[in-house]
Amino acid sequence: MRELVRRYGVTLSGIILALVGFWLLALVVLPNLSLLNVSFRPYLPVDQLGGPDDHYTLRNYVTFVSGDPAYYFLGIPISIHVNIFLLTILYSSVVTLVSLAISYPLAYYLAKVVRASNAPTLFALLLIPLWVSEILRSFAWFIVLAYQGPLNAMLGMVGIGPIRWISGFNGVIIGLVYTYILFMLFPIYNAITSLDSNQIEAARDLGASVVRTHRRVIMPHAKPGIASGCVMVFMLSAGSIIVPTVLASPGSRWFTQIIQQWFFEGQDWNTGSAYAFLLLVLCTVFVSVMMRVMNVRLVDIAK
Amino acid sequence: MSEDVELAQVSMDFGQFRAVNQVNVTIKAGEFFSFLGPSGCGKTTILRMVSGFIDPTEGVVRIGGSDMRGIGANQRPTALIFQNLALFPLMPVWENIAFGLEVRGVDKAKRRAKADELLRLVDLPGAADKKISQLSGGQKQRVAIARALAVEPKVMLLDEPLSALDLKLRQHMRAELRAIQKRTGVTFIYITHDQGEALAMSDRVGVMSQGVLQQVGTPNEIYNAPRNGFVASFVGENNIFTGTVTGGEGNYARFETAFGTFLTRLGPGVDRNSIVKLYVRPEHSTLQSSAPQGKNSLPVEVSEVAFEGNFINIHCRDDQGKIHQVQVQNDPSNPPPQPGARLYLVFPAEHAVLLSDSAQVQGHA
Repeated sequence: MRELVRRYGVTLSGIILALVGFWLLALVVLPNLSLLNVSFRPYLPVDQLGGPDDHYTLRNYVTFVSGDPAYYFLGIPISIHVNIFLLTILYSSVVTLVSLAISYPLAYYLAKVVRASNAPTLFALLLIPLWVSEILRSFAWFIVLAYQGPLNAMLGMVGIGPIRWISGFNGVIIGLVYTYILFMLFPIYNAITSLDSNQIEAARDLGASVVRTHRRVIMPHAKPGIASGCVMVFMLSAGSIIVPTVLASPGSRWFTQIIQQWFFEGQDWNTGSAYAFLLLVLCTVFVSVMMRVMNVRLVDIAK
Repeated sequence: MSEDVELAQVSMDFGQFRAVNQVNVTIKAGEFFSFLGPSGCGKTTILRMVSGFIDPTEGVVRIGGSDMRGIGANQRPTALIFQNLALFPLMPVWENIAFGLEVRGVDKAKRRAKADELLRLVDLPGAADKKISQLSGGQKQRVAIARALAVEPKVMLLDEPLSALDLKLRQHMRAELRAIQKRTGVTFIYITHDQGEALAMSDRVGVMSQGVLQQVGTPNEIYNAPRNGFVASFVGENNIFTGTVTGGEGNYARFETAFGTFLTRLGPGVDRNSIVKLYVRPEHSTLQSSAPQGKNSLPVEVSEVAFEGNFINIHCRDDQGKIHQVQVQNDPSNPPPQPGARLYLVFPAEHAVLLSDSAQVQGHA
C-alpha cells in the first residue's frame, strides 16, 4: 500500500483503490449477497412482497431434491434436478480429464522439446482462436459436427461414418474441451517450464524409461499446475451455459440450463438463485474433496 | 567392475560450429581421467557423447570395447554427476539414491538397504529420510555421488561437480572423490576448467582447446613438459617472450628477442624453423642485482610484491612495460625486494622452453 502511494502519489492511488473497491463491492459482492438473500425467500406475487408470507425459508433449496424420484444414483432414488446436477459433475470431470490428456503432452512439448525460436509461433496459433467469442466458436463446432457437416464429409471420403457427433453429451464435451483447454495448458506449461532439464536427463541417465521419467520426475513437479488447470477447467465447464445450450442434444441437459430456466422462463429468481448457490457450493465441495484425495493443497495451486 | 572408454576420431558439429574435433583418446579401466580446458572448449560435449545424450557426428565412442552408437543414455553403463547435481527435490534422500534401482525393479526393502549402505560410503549416515532442501552444499554433493554409484556404473562421468562449493569444501571433496574412486575402482571421467583440481586428482589429464585435444599426460607431464603454448599457459603461469630463432645446436636454440638473445631449449615437436614463443615458469625465474655472465637475463623494475604465505609472488616490469612474474619461497632470513628496486630477471636455459601456439587439426582451422 505504501509502495503504491510512493509510486503513483495519493490522488492516483486513491482512484485505483476506489475503482478496484467499487468493482469488487458493487459488481461482485453486493449482487451475490442480494441473490443469496433472495434465494432464502419465497417466490411471491409483487403485492405480497413484505407481507406476512415474505419470511426466510429453505423451500427453494428443498425444491432441488424434492421432485419426482424417477432416477437412481447408486440405487438411491433421486429427483430429475439432482440427476442433471450429477450428470453435470460427471461430464465436467470427463471434460477435465480429456483436457488434461491433451494438454499434458502438448505442454511438455512446448516447454521442453520445441526449439525456443519456434515457440512464439506455436503460442500464437494456440491463442488466436481464443480471440473469437465463445458463442461463435460453439456455433462453429455446431456446423463442424453436424450430421451432414464438413467433419462427416471428410471422414466419408476415407470411408468412415457418418457419425452422429451431437448425441448425448458428446457435442457438449467436445465444445467444452475446445473452449477451456488453454486454461489447462498454460498452468501445466508454466509448471513444466520451471523444471530443471538436468533432472529429466538425470532420470534418463539413471536408466529410467520415458514413462517413468514422466511419472516420477516431471509429473510430480507439474502437479500444482495440473491441479490448478483441473480446478479451472472443471469449474468453468460446470458453470458454462453457452456451449451446453448450443451443442446440446435432446439427451443432454446441463445444470446451468435449469438455473437459466428458473430465472428467465419461470421468472422465479428465488429458486434460480438457490440453484445457482447449490451449484457453487457443491462444486466447491467436490473440488475440495478431489484435492484432498489427490493430496494437493490450495497453497500449491496459488503458486 | 570398471571399463575403459575409447574415443576414436570423435567429432561433434552443432550446425556450422565444430564443438569437438577429431578427438582420439583411450581412458583406461579404473583410471581417474580429467578433461581440462576453458569453457566452450568442448569438454562437456565429450561428456554428453560418452553418457549418450548426444551421438558424435563422426567417429565412435566405445565403452569396454563395444560400440555405443544407437545406445541411449538410459542403457549405457555410465552414471553422470551434473554440474548442478540435478537431485530430485520432491524425493527424500534415500529415494534419490535408490532411483536407479527403482528403475531396475529392485524391491523397496533392498533399495532402502542399498541407499543406507551408500550413505555410509559417502560419510552421510542417517540422512536417508531428509529432504534435499535440508542438506548443505557438500551433503548434496555426497548424495549425488551416492545416487550415481547406486547403479554400479562401469564409468562415472563428472561435470564440474565441485564448482559450486566454497574453497575449503572443494579441497575436502577433491580428496573425498579421489578416495571414493580408489575404493570403488570405477573409471572416473572428470570435467573441469580448474587446473589445480585436474592436477591434484587425476591419473591422467587431457587438455582441450577449441574442440581439439591438445595433450594427454600425467599431471607431472602436463605441467613440466607442456606440448604447446596453450597447454603451458592454461596449466600454470608463464613469462612469455616473442622473438625468432637465430641458431643453436642439439636440443638448444638461440632466441632473439627485444631484450637480447637468450639460450633456450626446443620444446616437443618444435625445430629451429617453427614459429614459436618462449615460455618460462615464474618458479624457474629469479631476481638478481647484477646480470650474471652466461645466463639469460633482462633488466626489470619490481612493481608489486604479493605475499602468499608459503611463497611470494613478485611482479616486475621490463623496459617495454610488460609484467613478468617471479615466484620465490618464503624465507624470513632473506626478505624479498621492495617495489621500485631495479634488478635483473634471470632464468636458466633448461627451463626456457620454445613452444608453438596450439595444436590444430588438419583441414579444420
